[in-house]
Amino acid sequence: MKKRLHETPSQTAGPYVHIGLLPDAAGIDVKHHGIDIHTGLGSGTPIVITGVVRDGAGDIVKDALLEIWQAGNDGEFADGHKGFARCHADFETGEFRFETVKPGQVAWTDGSLQAPHITLMIYARGINIHLHTRIYFADEADANAADPVLNAISEGRETLLAKPDTSSNNSYRFDVSLQGEAETVFFDI
Amino acid sequence: MASSDKPVFDPRDRTWHPKGLTPAYNSSVLRSPKRALLQMPPSLSETSGPVFGHKMLGEHDADLLHNAVVDGDPVGERIVVSGRVLDEYARPQPNVLIEVWQANAGGRYRHARDGYLAPLDKNFSGYGRCLSDEQGNYSFRTIRPGPYPFPNNGPAWRPAHIHISLFGASFAQRLITQFYFEGDPLIRHCAIVNAVSNPAAVDRMVAKLDLDSAIPFDALAYRFDIVLRGRNETPLDAEHS
Repeated sequence: MKKRLHETPSQTAGPYVHIGLLPDAAGIDVKHHGIDIHTGLGSGTPIVITGVVRDGAGDIVKDALLEIWQAGNDGEFADGHKGFARCHADFETGEFRFETVKPGQVAWTDGSLQAPHITLMIYARGINIHLHTRIYFADEADANAADPVLNAISEGRETLLAKPDTSSNNSYRFDVSLQGEAETVFFDI
Repeated sequence: MASSDKPVFDPRDRTWHPKGLTPAYNSSVLRSPKRALLQMPPSLSETSGPVFGHKMLGEHDADLLHNAVVDGDPVGERIVVSGRVLDEYARPQPNVLIEVWQANAGGRYRHARDGYLAPLDKNFSGYGRCLSDEQGNYSFRTIRPGPYPFPNNGPAWRPAHIHISLFGASFAQRLITQFYFEGDPLIRHCAIVNAVSNPAAVDRMVAKLDLDSAIPFDALAYRFDIVLRGRNETPLDAEHS
C-alpha cells in the first residue's frame, strides 16, 4: 500500500499578504507582470457584497484578505478562473467589497440542490490556517430551508446569511466575526 | 461506508496543521474561532476551483531578481528555489498557481505597513509567481530574505522565510504557508513556526540546501517540495492490500 503523504502544514499569510496576492494594494508597480486575477462575472444578476471582519474584541481586522469562489446563475462553475475573486479589507475602514453575480444552485453530494451560496476564504495575520465559510442570502428563505449545510448547523446559522441592503438595489451586507458571541460558522470541508 | 460513498477529499489532519489558537503567537488569541469547525463533505463548490494559465503570467514573474529592476540587481544572496508539488497520494500536481512574497535581504517588506528601519531596495519588490509544469515541478529565482523583528509577546524575530500560496485543481486544496531555510537558528525560536506542534511537520516547512542545483558563480539553490490535499481516488487494491 502506497504510504500516504502529509499535506504541507499551513502558516499565517501575515500582515504583508497584499504584496503576493494583491500587489497593487501594497503599492507595487506591476508593469512587469501579467494580468491580475479577477472574476469574470459571467451571466446573472450583478450584486455587491460588503462587510467587515471583526476579531474577538470587536475590533475590525484591517489586514484581512478574502477570496471567493462561486457558480454562475445557472449553478455551473465556469471554465478558467471566472467565478474567483479576491479583495482586501480597506486599510483605513476595514471594509471589503465584492462585485459579482448572484450564484445559482449547485448540486449537493446526493444530487439535490444546495441553496445559492459563495465559498469564502479568509486570511490575515494571526490566522494560522485559513478560515473557510460560505455566504448565503437571507432573501432565499425557501432554498435556505432545504440546504443540507445550513441544516447541519446547530448554532450560528444566521451568521452565514448576507442581508439585503434596503437602501441599495442588489446589495448585501455580510459581516464576519472571527470569535465571540456573533462568531461566524466556519467549516472543515 | 462503501468506498463509492467516500467524500472526494478526506478532512484535513488538524493535529498536523497549526491550531487556530496558539497563545505563544499573540495575534492568534483574538483571531481564532472558539467554536469547533463544522465538518462537512465536499460538494462541487469545493471540488471545483479556478484554473489559471500561462497567459496570465508576465515574462519575469518567476524572476524576483529582475521583475522590479530600476537600475541594477537587488542586494542579497542570489538563490534559486525549486521543488515539486504532489498530492497526498504522491501524484504530481500540474498547473498549480504558485504566488510568493518576501522581505528583501535586509528583512524589509515593500509594504506601506512595514516600518522596520532596514532600508527598502529599489530594485526588489518581493513579489513573484509561477505555474507548476506537467510533472508538478516549479522554480523561481530570488534573493534570500533577511530575518526581521516583530512585536509578539514582547519583541521577537522571524527567521528568514518566503510566503507561498498555492491553488490546486480544487478549491478544497487551497493552501497558504511559509518556508524557512535549513540551518537557520531562529526557526526553533519562532512562535509562528511553533504553532505547528509536530517536529516532523515543522521539518516539512524547511527548504533544504540543494548544492547540485546551484548555478556556478551565480546562485545557490534550495529545494522545497509541497504536498496538497489529494482526491480520495485510491484504487481498491491499495485500500485492501
